[in-house]
Amino acid sequence: MIKKWFVGFLVLAMTMLWGCGGSNNAGGTSSVIDGGAGEDATELSYWTFVELHGQHFEKMLGKWNQDNPDRQIKLNVTVMPYDDMHNKLSIAVQSGTGAPDIADIELGKFPDFLSGTPQLVPLNDVIDPYRDTIVQSRVDLYSKDDVNYGVPTHVGASVAFYNTEILEEVGVDYKEIVTWEDFKRAGMKVYEQTGKYMGTADTSASWQASMLLAQQGADYTDEAGNPQVNSEAMIRAMTVLKDLQDNQVIATIAGGQPDTEEAYGEFNAGNYVSAFMPLWQMSRYTNYMPDLSGKIAIAPIPVIEEGMPRSVGGGGTGTVITQTAKDIQLAKDFLAFAKLSLDANKEIWNTLGFDPVNMDVWEMKEVTHNPENAFVQYFVNNPFDVLNEIRDEIQLIKSTPATPTINNILSTTTYNEIFEDGKDITQALNDAQQQIEQELK
Amino acid sequence: MIRKFLYSQKVAPYVFVLPFILVFLIFWVYPLGSSLGMSFQQIQLGQEAEWVGISNYDKLLGDGIFMKAVLNSAVYMVLTLVILIPLPMLFAVLINHKFMWGREFFKSSFFFPALTSVVVAGTIFRLMFGEMEGSLINSILGWFGIEPVKFLKGQVTGFIALLALAAWRWTGVNMLYFLSGLKNIPDEYYEAASIDGASSFQKFMKITMPLLKPTTIYVITISIYAGLAMFIESMMLWNGNNSPKNIGLTIVGYLYRQGIERNNLGYAAAVGIVLLAITMVINLSQLTLSGMFKKEE
Repeated sequence: MIKKWFVGFLVLAMTMLWGCGGSNNAGGTSSVIDGGAGEDATELSYWTFVELHGQHFEKMLGKWNQDNPDRQIKLNVTVMPYDDMHNKLSIAVQSGTGAPDIADIELGKFPDFLSGTPQLVPLNDVIDPYRDTIVQSRVDLYSKDDVNYGVPTHVGASVAFYNTEILEEVGVDYKEIVTWEDFKRAGMKVYEQTGKYMGTADTSASWQASMLLAQQGADYTDEAGNPQVNSEAMIRAMTVLKDLQDNQVIATIAGGQPDTEEAYGEFNAGNYVSAFMPLWQMSRYTNYMPDLSGKIAIAPIPVIEEGMPRSVGGGGTGTVITQTAKDIQLAKDFLAFAKLSLDANKEIWNTLGFDPVNMDVWEMKEVTHNPENAFVQYFVNNPFDVLNEIRDEIQLIKSTPATPTINNILSTTTYNEIFEDGKDITQALNDAQQQIEQELK
Repeated sequence: MIRKFLYSQKVAPYVFVLPFILVFLIFWVYPLGSSLGMSFQQIQLGQEAEWVGISNYDKLLGDGIFMKAVLNSAVYMVLTLVILIPLPMLFAVLINHKFMWGREFFKSSFFFPALTSVVVAGTIFRLMFGEMEGSLINSILGWFGIEPVKFLKGQVTGFIALLALAAWRWTGVNMLYFLSGLKNIPDEYYEAASIDGASSFQKFMKITMPLLKPTTIYVITISIYAGLAMFIESMMLWNGNNSPKNIGLTIVGYLYRQGIERNNLGYAAAVGIVLLAITMVINLSQLTLSGMFKKEE
């Protein structure tokens, strides 16, 4: 009798032991940067998922410590993988222990941090002095009920990146590509003559879908923020892409989208001619695709019909301050200085190659056309020539509480069904809509 | 007084098991009770929990992705049982054979994968099963004139990669269990059988298999938990918890997605309770059927 009890007990115990086994031990790398700070500097901790962001803060920290000798700061920067950092931050912020003072939160994850009563510090007072100089819609992305919780990093205007070497080989001028029809004709020519694909059919990210929706003035959600991924506009967007795929103009890529390690390799080898990505993809080119230096041109994205807006803000990082920060006022002042001041905006371009939220910088030729700049050197044309051409056409995709769920369903399931399995577009989008509604219930 | 207490035959056993009982109560029973409670609540960390009755479970029933996760875990569990019981048993018998040479070498090389980190192994398997022409498996297929396969994007091919990882990793461990079981079978039985003229196959079926039964039951039991609770392998193979079309999503993966990634702890707790229930039902019926609960004769 004892034995029966004991075995049952053992099974229960072991079942639970195994259930607990799922811990993920990626600690990330930490380093303290002092930026010339003295002994009694306050040490603030900063988490990010992009190593380059730390470099930007390092530059700004040096300037801050020089200008504010009585409020010096040392910054303890921890870089972690994307999912890992957001998961850890979410738990730390909500449970009130273990959170850093300053942290980067990616746009796609931001709504999760705004649910209920946000456990982040309102930043309106430090953003106010700069409000007139920066793009308001980028601040709105990180806000709830007019309270700003995050400081934006860039505009993230979407552009097209063309490999001019291959295009010249087949006699295509990328400047003449205005509509998706033009793109299709060029792509068919490329495939016929070289067997290479003109572009990618993205299965693991929504960049392309966002661009095509924005061109039609549409969004993933309706006015009230309810998901509507099976809208006419979305069907039309997918139909355009699917048609390109059927004509061998675009093809799926390893990794599922241009911003992945596998895809960098494919692009670097010249297997795909173009990528449609937010401007920050530039830094991926300079860092991971060295063989393409001097071959990549930047241009506006093709449109469905001429006259449609040619760009949309894509991605983004909101830097936040947690309520458990050691010195909230100091962290706020430093953050505004490091990301919103004019100097900061110039450095965001110099170090990171991002399109700064202070659009005045876009017109400062000495900054944007600086021949010393690694990005200016790498690309065939100057990105700001394109940015200034499309500056009034940059649309916005709303960020709502439903956004993380919508992103998850579309980029794990729906795009794969459409571009890998050839599932009927309307059917795939209806299924997605149903699943999203179910999850949000 | 104290001495009398400590030397008492009635009390001493309880003192000795006390640490285990305490650990069990604090780290197992309490979390279990608390998860059960949470599964009836709507919880977001840092905010007031709200009692919502059975609505989490109600939502689970209509959740296609959860069903997909349950199916994935179940299929994975069954397939790992099919691979990871007979093969290690066979290897154990072979290695245990008296004419076997290089015994220690095989033992350690089979066991070695269990010592490597899943993170490293998962990453390497991801590269091996990459969809590019140049990835290891696709280049091997290329020698036979087979087109490159997008392994990690298809249900069947994805599972092949997942099972290859599981087989590579766990064969050695299970084999060691069987080896220790084989050591307990006295040689006399085999000698007697030889004298009676039994063939090797007969000896295996009539002596080895029945006497290995306790080991086999143990290995099956832990393999069932391991299969149903698998998570890290999938996470590492697909470089995250979001495999294309959720082909690699497991029950624990879904729990992680809802609880940690989505901050929806009440719903995740319900997923965990369902996992516990499924595992308990399968294991208890398996143990009952194999006669573990019968009184010793």
